[in-house]
Formats: sequence, structure tokens, C-alpha cells
Amino acid sequence: MSDDILLRMRNIRIDGKTGDDWLPIIQGVDLELKRGEVLGLIGESGAGKSTMGLAAMGYVRDGCRIAGGSIEFEGTDLAKSSVAYCRKLRGKKIAYVAQSAAASFNPAHRLIDQYSEAPVIHGVMNRTEADTDATDIYRRLQLPNPDEIGFRYPHQVSGGQLQRAMTAMAMSCRPDLIIFDEPTTALDVTTQIEVLAAIRDAVDQFGTAAIYITHDLAVVAQMADKIMVLRYGELVEEADTRTMLSAPTQAYTKSLWAVRSFKSAAKAAPAPDATPVVSLRNVSASYGPVPVLHGVSFDIHKGRTVAVVGESGSGKSTAARCITGLLPPTEGEILFNGKALPPSFKKRNKDQLRQAQMIYQMADTALNPKQRIRDIISRPVEFYLGLTGKAKKDRVDALLDMIEMEPDVFGHRYPQELSGGQKQRIGIARALAAEPEFIICDEVTSALDQLVAEGILRLLDRLQSELGLAYMFITHDLATVRSIADEVVVMQHGKVVEQGPKAEMFRPPHHPYTDLLLSSVPEMDPDWLTDLLAARERGEVVSELPPA
Amino acid sequence: MTDISDPSALSADAEAPRVAQETARQRTLRAFRSAPITAWLGMIVIAIYVIVAVFAPVIAPYGEREIVGDQFELRSAEFLLGTDNLGRDLLSRLIYAARNTVGIALMTTFFAFTLGGLLGMLAATLGGWVDQIISRIVDVLMSIPYIIFALLFLTVANTWIGQMDNPSPWLYTAALIAIMALLDSTRVYRLTRAVAMNIVVMDYVEAARLRGEGLFHIIRKEILPNATAPLIAEFGLRFCFVFLSISALSFLGLGIQPPTADWGSMVKDNATLVSFGEIIPLYPACAIAVLTVAVNFVVDWMLHRSSGLKE
Amino acid sequence: MHPILSMALRRLALGLLTLLVISIVIFSAVEMLPGDLAQEILGQSATPETVAAFRKELGLDKPPVERYFSWLGGVFQGDFGKSLASKREISELISGRFANTMFLAGYAAVIAVPLAVVLGLMAALFRNTWFDRFVNVFTLSTISFPEFFVAYILILLLAVGFPFGLALPFGLLGLWIAVEGYGAMKENFKINKSPLIPVVFLLIGIGLIINMVMGFMGVENWNPITKEVRAFPSIANISPESSLADRLDRAFLPALTLTMVVTAHMMRMTRAAIINLLASPYIEMARLKGMSPWRVIIKHALPNALAPIINVIALNLAYLITGVVVVEVVFAYPGLGQLMVDSVTKRDITVVQACCLVFAVTYILLNLIADILAIATNPRLLHPK
Repeated sequence: MSDDILLRMRNIRIDGKTGDDWLPIIQGVDLELKRGEVLGLIGESGAGKSTMGLAAMGYVRDGCRIAGGSIEFEGTDLAKSSVAYCRKLRGKKIAYVAQSAAASFNPAHRLIDQYSEAPVIHGVMNRTEADTDATDIYRRLQLPNPDEIGFRYPHQVSGGQLQRAMTAMAMSCRPDLIIFDEPTTALDVTTQIEVLAAIRDAVDQFGTAAIYITHDLAVVAQMADKIMVLRYGELVEEADTRTMLSAPTQAYTKSLWAVRSFKSAAKAAPAPDATPVVSLRNVSASYGPVPVLHGVSFDIHKGRTVAVVGESGSGKSTAARCITGLLPPTEGEILFNGKALPPSFKKRNKDQLRQAQMIYQMADTALNPKQRIRDIISRPVEFYLGLTGKAKKDRVDALLDMIEMEPDVFGHRYPQELSGGQKQRIGIARALAAEPEFIICDEVTSALDQLVAEGILRLLDRLQSELGLAYMFITHDLATVRSIADEVVVMQHGKVVEQGPKAEMFRPPHHPYTDLLLSSVPEMDPDWLTDLLAARERGEVVSELPPA
Repeated sequence: MTDISDPSALSADAEAPRVAQETARQRTLRAFRSAPITAWLGMIVIAIYVIVAVFAPVIAPYGEREIVGDQFELRSAEFLLGTDNLGRDLLSRLIYAARNTVGIALMTTFFAFTLGGLLGMLAATLGGWVDQIISRIVDVLMSIPYIIFALLFLTVANTWIGQMDNPSPWLYTAALIAIMALLDSTRVYRLTRAVAMNIVVMDYVEAARLRGEGLFHIIRKEILPNATAPLIAEFGLRFCFVFLSISALSFLGLGIQPPTADWGSMVKDNATLVSFGEIIPLYPACAIAVLTVAVNFVVDWMLHRSSGLKE
Repeated sequence: MHPILSMALRRLALGLLTLLVISIVIFSAVEMLPGDLAQEILGQSATPETVAAFRKELGLDKPPVERYFSWLGGVFQGDFGKSLASKREISELISGRFANTMFLAGYAAVIAVPLAVVLGLMAALFRNTWFDRFVNVFTLSTISFPEFFVAYILILLLAVGFPFGLALPFGLLGLWIAVEGYGAMKENFKINKSPLIPVVFLLIGIGLIINMVMGFMGVENWNPITKEVRAFPSIANISPESSLADRLDRAFLPALTLTMVVTAHMMRMTRAAIINLLASPYIEMARLKGMSPWRVIIKHALPNALAPIINVIALNLAYLITGVVVVEVVFAYPGLGQLMVDSVTKRDITVVQACCLVFAVTYILLNLIADILAIATNPRLLHPK
């Protein structure tokens, strides 16, 4: 059966240069791939997934080196082969699909010129054949106007289409193996479906083997025949997709699977006559002359979480900027405990500023790298509450305890000496230090690995029940909504398309956009994509965005 | 689906980051140990210049303005490098010039940084019309080569000073420093503004604004500590530029005025010797070149390091 | 309107506005002068009546705004007014000199631009190798040298002869270049099988060692490059009657000085621009499509590198203009820069003003052309949505 093996990596080790030292990125992983098989490579950021994928092409990035092991492609060891030999394989036998199509297409050339380049240079087809072939593949991948789209430049084509055009380009020489490096990570969920479907079709039709790299378990469940889990450059577990999903053996893998199990306890609905902590009344806003919010209204009550959901550009972050006063609304008003807030934060008094705090998506940029943890947290304590000396120190210690970090261990550290999750906890502590009633959480978990995100959600939930905080939770991830929200606001094109309690939102009937959004979120079931596409075919579910 | 009750027990949070923990001093020491030979060379040379400049009266065999021999005397035991066009000891003047030339260039760079740096931070933090006005003025000042403006402004300033009764020679130097500092501050402004702009968009600055912090606190506590590394490297580069510019002006006879010893004007005074194959005029020029090369080596290493750490 | 056209027009308008503001600044410089211009020209002995009449003739009795517009109007017709020192028409003084300066700058540019772009490209391609490190050290040194230092070294080497005092350092430098250069070539071009390269480097090294030894033995003024032929003139005193060949010969040393300084700057900037570009994901994509290194450069990097390279060239041509001021003085070259320095010394403000304006216009126009070219080669603007 050994003829069946297309790619075999043995004990592969890759080092990366940090400063003057070589540190291992991949520490001895074995990999086997049969012809026509799709392997899912998953892991958290920094697990070495992309490095593995590129190594399968005999390629390492600048500042990396292959330190040992073999990469046998069709029986030839690429690690020992000449550069010229590898070059002949790349593009022809092994192709690559990058994460950002917009950055990976050359802006100076038309799509079709870039499509034809590899087949012509590798001598697979002549230019005329390649051009005809391009149109054919574009059609198969269901790109609009397949006869014309090739004659456009990359910046003239939308993100989802560009990603499909890149998959088409990878297909141009009918390679034996394609490396997909997080091809849908940069896309919105509704666009992601089209690209996933296109990739799967293409791989099926030509019987191409593939390595599909992603951090999203639900996505890999749709694409792969078997799955490898990587962590810190080492293999954790390997099994076929269904076994891996139903019966993982390693504790780490089980913990990854378990992430979606957390759900906050149901809370009693607020009294009908209760004054909401924050209330948006018909708020409109614009960036310069471009309107971005159109008459948005919703309430946030004490002790409750309102999740604001939407894709990029839907206006959910803009709504938060209006509440904080960074972007004064052009129309409408924002009430805080029933009283109208001045539109700009510059006009608000200290107490108004203190009441509404914010936790940011990127903990890296939210904490000043030149300040110690203790200084970061003590500033609001000192600034708003006027505490100094021992009182200030005690308060900061209490806050650190509250976020489950020992004051003596972490207080004197700088942010870069903490992990991503720890940094996010410090962001939470800084918000709590102001003793607010209301906190805006802007995608607080989306930059974190799933396991760490889970811990943050639990912490936020606990703090809410202890302190009676109101949260506005901005997210694009419906799984997060399911676990933490009490109410849901769905936004599209700067408008609220639907809002209500969580239980109602996850039960039909929906607004068509909510429907599309909900149905587009990948699920762990390996048959989900097939079923969804079939359902869309039959017209049972919405498959197109309603017009703006 | 799973039997783990609390997945955060396995959380990566529980682990410290996998980068080795180092104190700031250890990091600095390690950086110095791994410095390339060029950087070491640069640092040693700079140290020598500083020592010579500080102890000039002790080291120099004769006084700065003392006429001790005939014109253009050759090398001898008495005058190690010979004498200049007026019969002053060349070696002594070379040593004293380290004080004057480097000192004036340092002062100019310092003023340029104070002015340009402050305005750059303000423009980046305040934005709006403050930024617009300062930036447009800087655009105009930078739209033509600095030397053209320098010559124009120096003419005006020197004419003014020349009309005074018994003007002090230091007035000319002060005018030179003021003009060069003003012209160079435009470049400092552009860089500081760009660096500060990158910091201003950070969420921690937004957080400080939303907290209600004042402008001064934001600049001092949030922006400045994060801008120092690129600004220190830039200080080295600006110093080189100012140093070379002032030397060029002195060479043209428009910079530091006699009888103050200065490398640029020393080259000019003794230039005739070059046509006779004599290299005396090149010693001061060499002194300029060696110092700028040394500073550039050190700055190059610092820039290389800071860009390498970003990745 | 096509976006390129509108962008270019906007840039043009901005350039003209800048010129206008600069002309105001230059004009006001004279206004800021102490004393009376008419008195200055006529001297202390002139009677008050003569001065008053002369003031009227110069238009000094009119308000500054009116004078500014009449000055600007005069400039457009090539009338810059009179020199305070020589009382001659300024336009006469500067026309020939401006042509000389442009000739010198052009001479240097013709050598420097192709040299710097090719060397910069090579340094970028072979980055972090010995070749790159050597080039880095060499160019860093060159830009750290004052222009007059480079000029005098070249005079010593090529015009006067090889002096004793410099023989040892230059011999060592030559040896170092030979060794490093050979190592770099071997490492990067994999052409160590060709005997030509080591032989060439060996010859250069031996030549320099002989030179060094001769220097030690006291054989001064011996120069293997020029002595037998003829030394290059160290005074570039060209006149309007000089033939082209004569001009090229006399201006050789100043042009070479400028070339050295500008090439170093331009190389470093080209290298930085190309390295920046080579880090783009689309370059990695081209490599992963199995394209050869040269194809990656020519087909994928170069079309996108045009704009940054054009900018680098323009910036350095403009830099040449500042460089000529010092170099013209060293070589006594009759150009605009020398005139300007002379006039500053004599405090001849009207001439300084005119020179300033001419330099400013040239500089701004050069930058304008470069910006418009860069706009015109941007694919995003060439093919709008």
C-alpha cells in the first residue's frame, strides 16, 4: 500500500531564529498523507501549523531552518533535495492557498495572468490553453462572470471571490497536493460558507490531496478526512475526523472540544418598569460624510448581558463608540440610568466617565507595555476614587484577587511578561477598578485561543453575578453569544434588524439576515456543510444576503 | 461529550509565557554582549571623543588661540602636526575643536529635539487643526533643501549682527544654532509625529482618554515611554546630520566663526596645502568623518535591534 | 475624470502652492533686513536726495505687498533685479552658472543613478550575506563623510598623486576590500569555479600593496592610475568657451565626489525599499508557485517597486542640488552654489534671494515630476474599480 502514500514527513524538526538563538518551532512530528486524502491540521496560535504546511512544500520562511527529519513527497526527500528540484514541484505538484488573498495576489497583474503563470512556466499548458482553463475553473468554483473576472486586477474583486480565485489558481496545474493555510479566517461567516463549499468541490472533483490548516474545529470537521492536533510544535493526537470528534483520547483535545459547553445561568427577566442602565434612543452616527449608524435603539439592564452581533462593517463597534462618547451621534441620545449623557466624552464629568468602562479586543494594545501591572490597575483607583498609599495598594490587591491572579506574583510584571489570557484579565481588572455599573466588552475573546476564551467568559459571568454589572458584549461569534448573552441585538448595515431575549433569537422564525447568519455558523457535525448546502438548494434556508 | 468539568484547569493561562523571564538589566547586558564589532568600535570611538572634549585643556600642548610658531610649519617634535596658516599649533586646535564643534552640534540637536519633539507629540495627540497648521508649516520648510534656507537666514541674521556696535562673536554662533535647530526640528517633528501617531491609535491611549486624563498625563505617561527607543536612535542620526551640516557651513566660512577652533573652518584655512600633496587639512575632516561613522555604527545596530525585536 | 489625472492635477496644484509660499518666505527675508537697501547700494556718501530718487526707482516707497507682486512679475520675465555688490543685473550673473550647475548635477546623476539602483537591488537580493554587510559598512562610511572630505581625498588620489601618509591606511583598506569582496562573491554568486574573479581581486590587492610599499620607500607622487597618463585637474575652472570634452574632463572630480556621496544614499534607500517589498505575501506566493528568483524579481517585485525607486531617485537628485554647493566651492567650479556662497559672504542679499529661488524651483519641480510618475505607475490607480 506504500504506493498510495503521497507525502510522508518523519520526525520533522524546524527551528526559528529569535534574537541570536535558534528555538524549536516543530519538534519532531510525523505525518502521512495518502493520495486524495484531506488532512486537517488544527491547533492554537503558535502551535506551528503554518510552518508544518509550508514544510510540506520543502519551504521554510526567512529566519527558519529545517533542523532534522525528512519530507518525502512521492518518495523523494525534499529536505535533502536541491532548491531547483523543490522549485519544479511548487505550483505544479504542490500548491498553496494563503490566508489573505488580498495580500497574496500581486496588485500589478490581472488575475488570469497570475493564474496562467504557473502552468506556462512549468510547461503544463501553453498560454491559450491556460486562459481557457482558467475560465473553466472559475466557472466550477462558481465565481460570478467567469469569462470576465480573470481580466480584473485583485483590488477590483471582493474578498470572498478573491479567496476562490486563489483556490482556482492553486488548481491551475492540477497539483497532487494543496496546502490551505487558514483560507477563511479573514472572511465573515456568511462569505466563509461559499469559500468552504468551493474548496471542497474543487478538491473532490480533481481528487486532490490537501492539508487544511485552521484553528476552527467546526470548519475542519467539514473539510477533513482525518485530523491532527498540534500544540507547541508537537503532535497531540491524530485520528479520522469522526473518531476524533466523538471520542478524543487526549486531555488537551478533550478540553478543546469541551469549550463550547459553558452556558451562563438563566436570569429572571428585568421588571417591565425598571430603568435600564444604558439606553440608546434612535442613535445615528457617521464617519465624516459617510453614515454608519441609522436609528439604533436598545436597552441594557442591570446585571444583564446584551450581545450585539453582526459581521464586520455592521456598525456594532460604532454603537460602542457612540456610547463611550468617542463618536458623538449625529442624532438621537444615550441615556444612563434615565439621564441623557453629553454626546462627546470630553463634555462628560468624571463620574459619568467612571460609570461606563471598556474592555478591548486586543489585550496587547490595550495595556501600556511600559507600565507595570500594579500601575495600570492603580491609576483608575487613584484617579476616580482618590485612594492613595495603603488603601490604594489593598484595593489593587483585592482587584487582582478578583481576577484570580496573585498580587505578589504579577503586580510588578510588565504586560509582555504575561500570556494573552492573563493580559485580558488585567484589562478586566482595570475596568473593574473604576467601580463601574456598565462595561462594554468589545470582542474580548476573539483574539484568544478557545480554551483561554472560555476562562475569560466564566470570569466575566462570575463578576456579573457578584457585582451586578451590565455588559454590552460585542461579538461576531454566535457560540459566544449562546454561552453568555441574556439578550441579543442583531445588526446589519448600521441598523438593528432584530432584537430580543436569547431563547427567542435561537428559535425560528427569524429575520432573513439573522437566519442567514445563524445558519452560516459552522457546527461540529461533519455533515453540517453537506446538509446545509442541500437545504439551501431546496430553498429551505436563506442562501443570499437580503439587499442593504 | 466530555468528562472534564472545568477546562480552565488545563488552561494555557496557568502557564507563564514561554519566553524566558529577564530583568531589564539582564536584557541590556545581553544586548551589549551580542553587539557586533562595528557597534563596539563606534562606542569606543565616541567615548574617546567625549574624553578628549572634556579634558581638552589638560591634553592640548598649547592654547586654542595661541600663536606659537611660523605659518605652516612642518611636523616636528615641538609641533606634532605642524602649525596652521596663522602659526597656531594644529594638534591643540584639533583637540579644542572637539569641544566647540561637537558641543555646538549637540546643543543644536538638543534644541531641535525639544522643539520638534514637543510639537510632534502635541500634533499627534491633539490632531485636528493644531496638527494641520504645524504640519503645513513644516511641509513648507521641508519643501526645499535645508542648506538653501540656512544660507538665506544666515545672511539676514549676520547682516543684523554686523550692524550692531561691537557685536560679540558668540552672537554669530547663537544665530547659527538657532537657525540650524529650527530647520532640523522639522525633521524631528515629522518623525516624532509619526512615532506618536502609531502610539496614539493604541487602545491604552484611548482608555486613558476615556478615563478623562489630561493632555499632559497622556503625553508623559502613555506616549513618551513608548516613543523613547526610536527617538534615541533618531537623536544619533539627527546629530550626525546637524554635525555634518554645521561643518559644511563652517567649511564655507558661514558657520562657526574664527578664532574659535572648529574642524570645518580648519579644513578651509589650510586647504591650499592639499594641492601640494600635504594631508594636514584632512586631519580635521578625518576627525569629523570618524565621529559620524562611529555614531552611525551605533545607531545602525540600535535600529537593527529594535526592528528585529518587532518580529 | 480618470483618477490618475485628478491625482496628478491635485499634486500639481499643491506644488504650485508650495512654490508660491516659498517665494513669499524668500521675499520677506529681504524685508527683514535692517537699514535701507537703496542706501546700501549707493553707499554712505550718497546724498539723501539721490537715495530718495533711487528708492523711487527701485520701488521701495511702495507697500510690501505691491513690491512682492512686482518682484514676482519681474522674476517671471527673467528679471531678478540688481546685485548689491557688483551692481550688475542678477539674471546675467546666474544664467550661465545655472547651466553649469545643471551640467554638473546631470553628469553625476548619469553615473550615480544606474550604479546605485543596480547595487541597491543586489544588496537587497543578497541581504544578510557578506556582500550586503560589506556594502552596508562602506555606504554607511561614505554618508558619514563630509562632502569636502571625500572631495579632498579624491584630489589627493587622482589629481596630486598618492601621498605617503595615506599609503598605509589605503593599502589596508584595499586588502580588506579584496578579501571581503572575494568572499562575498564566492558566497553569493557561486562562481568560485571561474578563475577570473579571484584574479581581478588579487591584482587590485597587489597593486595597492605595491603602492603602499612605494609609499614607504619614499617614492612620493607615484600614482599607478594617473601618473603616466595625466592627473585629473583639481580646479574645475570651465568657461563658456570650453568644449564638451574639456568640460567632462575638468568636471570629472566634482562629479565623482557627488556620485560617491549620492550613490551611497541612493543604494541604501533602494535596498530598504526592495527589502520592504520582498516581505510582501505576494512575493512569497510567487516563490511558492515555483518561480525562479529572477522571475520573482523581474515579474513580481519590479512592477511594484517602480514607485519607491522613482521616489528614491528624485530624492537623491534633489540631494545633488544641496551637494553641489559644497563641491563647487572645493573645486572652484563656476556654478550657482559658489555664487550663492560668495554672495552670502558679501551679504549680497538680492543675489542670495535669486539663487534661493532658482534652487527652490528646481527642487520642487523635481519632486513634483517624481510624485506624478509614482502616481502614474500605481496599479491601483491605473485600473480603478
